[in-house]
Amino acid sequence: MKKISRQSAVGSRQSAVTRHVSRKTCKLTQRFTSIQATFLLLGSLVLLFIVAPLAGMFLNTTPAQVFETAREAEVRNSIWLTIYTSLAGTLVFSVTAIPLAYLLARKRFPLKKLVTGIIDLPVVIPHSAAGIALLGFVSRESALGKLGSAIGLDFVGHPAGIAIAMAFVSIPYLINAARDGFSGVPVRLEKAALTLGASPYRVFFTISLPLAWRNILSGLILMFARGMSEFGAVIVVAYHPMITPVMIYERFGAFGLKYARPVSVLFILISLTLFVLLRWLGKEKDGEEGLSDKVTK
Amino acid sequence: MLELRGVSKRFADFGLTDVSFSVEQGDYYILLGESGAGKSMVLETIAGLVAPDTGTILLAGNDITNEKIQNRKIGLVFQDHAVFPHLTVAENIAYSLHGAKLSKVEKHEKVKAVANELGIGELLARKPGTLSGGELQRVALGRTLIQQPAILLLDEPLSSLDTRLKGELRRLLRSIHRRGQTILHVTHDYEEALSLGTRIAVIHRGTIIQSGTPSEVFLHPKSEFVAHFIGVKNFFSVKLATKDQAVFADTCNNIRIRVVTDTTAGEGYILIRGEDILLSAAAVETSATNNFSGTVVEIVPNAGGIEVTIDAGIELHALITRESLEKLDLTAGKTCWVHFKASAVRYINK
Repeated sequence: MKKISRQSAVGSRQSAVTRHVSRKTCKLTQRFTSIQATFLLLGSLVLLFIVAPLAGMFLNTTPAQVFETAREAEVRNSIWLTIYTSLAGTLVFSVTAIPLAYLLARKRFPLKKLVTGIIDLPVVIPHSAAGIALLGFVSRESALGKLGSAIGLDFVGHPAGIAIAMAFVSIPYLINAARDGFSGVPVRLEKAALTLGASPYRVFFTISLPLAWRNILSGLILMFARGMSEFGAVIVVAYHPMITPVMIYERFGAFGLKYARPVSVLFILISLTLFVLLRWLGKEKDGEEGLSDKVTK
Repeated sequence: MLELRGVSKRFADFGLTDVSFSVEQGDYYILLGESGAGKSMVLETIAGLVAPDTGTILLAGNDITNEKIQNRKIGLVFQDHAVFPHLTVAENIAYSLHGAKLSKVEKHEKVKAVANELGIGELLARKPGTLSGGELQRVALGRTLIQQPAILLLDEPLSSLDTRLKGELRRLLRSIHRRGQTILHVTHDYEEALSLGTRIAVIHRGTIIQSGTPSEVFLHPKSEFVAHFIGVKNFFSVKLATKDQAVFADTCNNIRIRVVTDTTAGEGYILIRGEDILLSAAAVETSATNNFSGTVVEIVPNAGGIEVTIDAGIELHALITRESLEKLDLTAGKTCWVHFKASAVRYINK
């Protein structure tokens, strides 16, 4: 008798607990718990922190000012220079970065941890320091500089130097994204392609690269974007010709906040449009592959 | 045709040891073993995806041990099919035709022919993501068969399919084999091995422990492991016959056993579990349709109870408890009756 009553007591306590829990889960779906409300508040603050300065700058600039600035040839040339140097740096260095990413995803080799650390170096060092290092590397006295001089190319103060500086600080984004992409490609698909008579090169270009493409594209866009926004490394290597981030800094130094704003707004608008467009194009392309990708991974 | 001589490969915790066997032209060769026994490793070694530490692999008399993967005339179908997700069915099947001196039209014709044969002719424009498991397996088969491989290697091709699809694919594999394709098929399922194989090799811990025809392996397991792994003592090669709408299986020495199966004719194997066989001292009326009298040949205790072997024209092994043995007072040489239900007999079509 005693045993039975104790059991039933336990039973009723348990059901009370489950009832309590189920009421709570109900609540979760309906509104925020106190911790979520706190996090929502903190999260909103951080969003505000990002949006407010930008919004302030946009509100302090009239469309007429932006339009006026866009008509300046100096500004237009500078924006164009920024876009194409970053694009060129991204494309040229992708030829070496993508194969390295593939090796990192597929092979185990001694000192791999060290290599991965080296790849992340440009992200963690001050970019002005990176610029100083690069300047020594590409200056006329260096081996690369001499090589450049021989074919009439002086990296310092030249778009080529700018592209190198941009690529230096932004290449980790591409390598890491591409490595993640290649890691996601099942090795057995490559093996299958090999047994179907494909050479390792054909396997890379027809299987590994297309299947990792989404990540690689994302890395390319990120590298391109990061390159365009680079200031510290570029200003050391090439103050002139003037990329837009340097021009913004110069206008601020020479004329003050008010004069630096319209260029900033214009540059941000162009950058945003460009990246939204690129993302959209990327999505368009692999939209049809979305389903199959999900199935295999 | 394909011969492995003393192939060994060591990994940290696993490996192949002295694997030797030979597959003849036209064989449907089954490599039977538990998961982790090294079956897939054997296939990958033959295909060239894994290089052996020692040993030789010969294909049609040529040493291909160090041949480049893409130059071996070997087709490998992976366990999970490994169909390329970003290519259409047609592009998947045509993948190996790259470099072949064929016009676009000829390539398309070839792809179509293979696809039609495999029953996926309607799916050519589809992406793999929209296909079922059975369809994907067919795409993988078609992609491999279009190269006309000297030997087709199949890694557990049926393991991911449900029972109905398994049946369909088995029929398909049988017809591919009948067309003259030499096949080396890896599986852990002895039913699959019996149903498809013309020769069977049993692999355990990276070594081949027995090989031969299905009857040789199943009737005369060389080691305890084989016997245990196969797990059937009562195994007979039979021919089906019908009489008064009942299906019977006739053994080679004309013992007629009533079976329950959807098939009504053909050749195959029957399996009866020792636990399903009842013994009695005299003829008694039971619901079992298979009743034979015979003499006790041997009484051996084993892990599951006492195994009594009775010669009733065919040798049957019954598994009974010690109590039953004492109650029936069975000893070697004594006569007893054997009973088992038709539904206890498992028929596997050859």
